[in-house]
Amino acid sequence: MTIDDTALDLAASVRAGDRSAREILDAHLAAIEAREPEIHAFNLVTSEVARDAADEIDRRVAAGEDPGPLAGVPIALKDNLCTRGVATTCSSKILDGWQPPYDATVVQRLAAAGAIAVGKTNLDEFAMGSSTENSAFGPTRNPHDTSKVPGGSSGGSAASVAAGFAPVSLGSDTGGSIRQPAALCGVVGVKPTYGLVSRYGLIAFASSLDQIGPFARTVADAALVLEVIGGHDPADTTSIPQALPPVREHLDDGVAGLRVGIVSELSGEGIAPDVARRVSEAAEALAAAGAEVGEASVPAAIYGLSAYYLIAPAEASSNLARYDGVRYGLRVDATNTPDMNLRTRTEGFGDEVKRRIMLGTYALSAGYYDAYYGKAQKVRTLIIRDFAAAYEQFDVLLSPTSPTTAFALGDKTADPLTMYLNDVCTIPSNLAGDPAMSVPFGTGDDGLPVGVQVLAPAFGEVDMFRVAAVLEAAAPIGEVAR
Amino acid sequence: MSDTSAATLPNGWEMVIGLEVHCELSTATKLFCGCPNQFGNEPNTNVCPVCLGLPGSLPVVNASAVEYAMRLGRALHCDVHRSVFARKNYFYPDMPKDYQVSQYDLPTNVEGWLELPDGSRVGIERAHIEEDTGKSTHVGGGGRIHEAGYSLVDYNRAGVPLVEIVGKPDLRTAEAARQYVSELRAIILAVDVSDAKMEEGSMRVDANVSVRRPGEPFGTRCEIKNLNSLRSLGRAIDYEARRQIDLLEAGERIIQQTRHWDEADGRTHTLRSKEEAEDYRYFAEPDLVPLDPTEADVAAIDASIPPLPADRRRALADAAGVEPAAAAMCVERDLDGLALVAIEAGAAPDRVLTHIDNNLAVDGADRLAPALFARLVGMETGGELTATQAKTVLADMVETGRSPEEIAAERGFEAMDTGALEGIVDELIAEHSDEWASFCDGNQKVAGFFVGAVMKATKGQADGKAVTALLRQKAEA
Ligand SMILES: [Zn+2]
Repeated sequence: MTIDDTALDLAASVRAGDRSAREILDAHLAAIEAREPEIHAFNLVTSEVARDAADEIDRRVAAGEDPGPLAGVPIALKDNLCTRGVATTCSSKILDGWQPPYDATVVQRLAAAGAIAVGKTNLDEFAMGSSTENSAFGPTRNPHDTSKVPGGSSGGSAASVAAGFAPVSLGSDTGGSIRQPAALCGVVGVKPTYGLVSRYGLIAFASSLDQIGPFARTVADAALVLEVIGGHDPADTTSIPQALPPVREHLDDGVAGLRVGIVSELSGEGIAPDVARRVSEAAEALAAAGAEVGEASVPAAIYGLSAYYLIAPAEASSNLARYDGVRYGLRVDATNTPDMNLRTRTEGFGDEVKRRIMLGTYALSAGYYDAYYGKAQKVRTLIIRDFAAAYEQFDVLLSPTSPTTAFALGDKTADPLTMYLNDVCTIPSNLAGDPAMSVPFGTGDDGLPVGVQVLAPAFGEVDMFRVAAVLEAAAPIGEVAR
Repeated sequence: MSDTSAATLPNGWEMVIGLEVHCELSTATKLFCGCPNQFGNEPNTNVCPVCLGLPGSLPVVNASAVEYAMRLGRALHCDVHRSVFARKNYFYPDMPKDYQVSQYDLPTNVEGWLELPDGSRVGIERAHIEEDTGKSTHVGGGGRIHEAGYSLVDYNRAGVPLVEIVGKPDLRTAEAARQYVSELRAIILAVDVSDAKMEEGSMRVDANVSVRRPGEPFGTRCEIKNLNSLRSLGRAIDYEARRQIDLLEAGERIIQQTRHWDEADGRTHTLRSKEEAEDYRYFAEPDLVPLDPTEADVAAIDASIPPLPADRRRALADAAGVEPAAAAMCVERDLDGLALVAIEAGAAPDRVLTHIDNNLAVDGADRLAPALFARLVGMETGGELTATQAKTVLADMVETGRSPEEIAAERGFEAMDTGALEGIVDELIAEHSDEWASFCDGNQKVAGFFVGAVMKATKGQADGKAVTALLRQKAEA
């Protein structure tokens, strides 16, 4: 069935003229129509624009042109990526009615590679959350069990791929927002090295941590999308002017001789036994494939969560200041400008966003900066140092992606701290700026997907993907419901 | 420190002034985007997603703005180090992101100085790069944001590159403050990084003023804004210092605050107190990477800096054998080159400087041929022309470009020989014996009478100084 095909297969058949981009798109739109009402992966499905784009691809193929490596491949975009003339909401009321006048760099690159954007996916408001329940437009549900969350904040993008709405999608990852939902939805999710993918057009949550990356059902598809969206962009000065790691070239290299370390600080306490068991099995599978597996230590990683919840909100408090009702989006009128700012922001932002703006404002305040933001930056430096030390002994590291499989909607909304703990394994990579990805590896006791996280040093994507490919091949075959 | 007299303050008070000067750099494009850096266009036409701070947009530093800032910094003898942009967070509708990208703990230029014409140095703490804001117009409610009926915002200026030059509190008089701003402006113009017009806002000055008794620690300062001319700057500082002295002498204390200068009523008014002041929550701008110029970069900047006003004053002063302050006007008029060549050609330095200071504040003075100017001065010192005649000839030279000899001949200027002059003086003494007796008794007023009479008799061809000298000589004889 078309909606089970990989992006690689779809693009190959379109480029060969065996299938039309239009028929591929229509199959995916039909899947969306069938299941979207129960899943709510999208804030907006752009069927019409997508059909025009697909027809254009077909015209180009007919004219003997090659539309590119993603020819006719439907892709879902997290709704914090700017799309020219198409509403971009961050799942917030505050951007009500706003249509960006430009495309994000990644959106331009996807289009230039022949991909067809099918819609904008739901997220926790401004990417703040781990369950996609913090959306102003209602939660997204896990396609494997609709009583469960898909994870977050890129829950819509993860669910859309798991549900067959698109073979691939884009998310953004600030503290695990790609990897954690990938794990909970049983798909592959990649957070690239900070600076590998341009952030131009990604609506910022925490600029020094945000990174765009792909979701896919296969490791090879994730690699394909990464190669399309990655690479230096002069519009983002934090994007690194360096050649892309040749990930696809080495996907089948295997792991013989690779040194793999299991991060002890991220594998013990707080990790559900069924998840921990899958990580052990994954390590065994790598060893069986010839890797040298050992135990690694990143001592400062245990402080990652605390440091993250100072640094990310601090940056967010500044990044989100511009939503003041003056220029775009929601405006709640008042008798003077400062009151208008206040009322707009009070009405426009949800509770979690307000909580983080307040946390961040506090952390940066005169008299508190050194104790909070300043200290958190020092922890960040320690984490970078500890990872660097671990990578002297190991080529890649291994850990669970998320402490548990998907939890029920409403389970953790009452207690923000419990919710924050979901990201304990994923946050350290963001603080270090290193790449990490989640690969599905069997299921938990509840039959829901488990993800294993593969971590690598900056620009170590080649080794990271080699490990991911071996894990994918070795993953226990379990029927995962769709 | 300028030693321009502080004696104007009562009861031994001394003022302490530090200036913060914002200067708009005249780059072709804005600091973080490609929009034109242009004044006077239709509102909100020179804008793009970046300078409007649209969600998802990112800044890219304009390399030439950084180069301009470093050029100014080096001209102010600053050290240039690795620098980091920082966000200054506060809400204001003319600031598209509700934070300003500036520099905080690691500015581009630090620890420099500037030399005033009297040779004194004023310290520069830092000269950092930041982006300008847009412009708000609050309609109704007296132009204040809280009471306005509505507000209009023009973002054309948003993102224009600025350098903020923070001076040390080294200034002690309003006059020294004015000289500092003039000198800074001259340097900015010399390195060609801005048109630096206070009236148009491309150069904006805020003054921090406090008072103390000499030797005591600094007093509490107030910051004065809205200083749109050198005149306002001087008036505002004097007013503010006296206001503070009056308070202190009445036993009250100074409250640290920001005050607004009102040119119309000649007073400063409270804008906001320190308690109301914003906490800007500075932190390193994560969307930009640090600036890290190499030694070669700095060397290249240094090589691009032309001679600065202070150097030019010194060069001319050395050539003329005078104090640098005496060369200030020549340099300010950009005529020090003319002066140097004329002096080199043998013209008397004092006459050269006097002519430039007194007689060459005219259009076209810069086109004056130094060789002809030197010959004119030679004719004057050689006694062929009187000072008055030389002035007339000089004006003609500037206008027509002709030689001094030709002009003097055409006008019939020739030096009177001493014998002829003495004859005329003797005749006048004889005619006016009462006045002469009075002159001999020391009545200087009568001197003017005699000089005037000689001038009349010679149709202005006599040298006034020579006449005075002759009169004295005769009175003492
Ligand atoms: Zn612009």
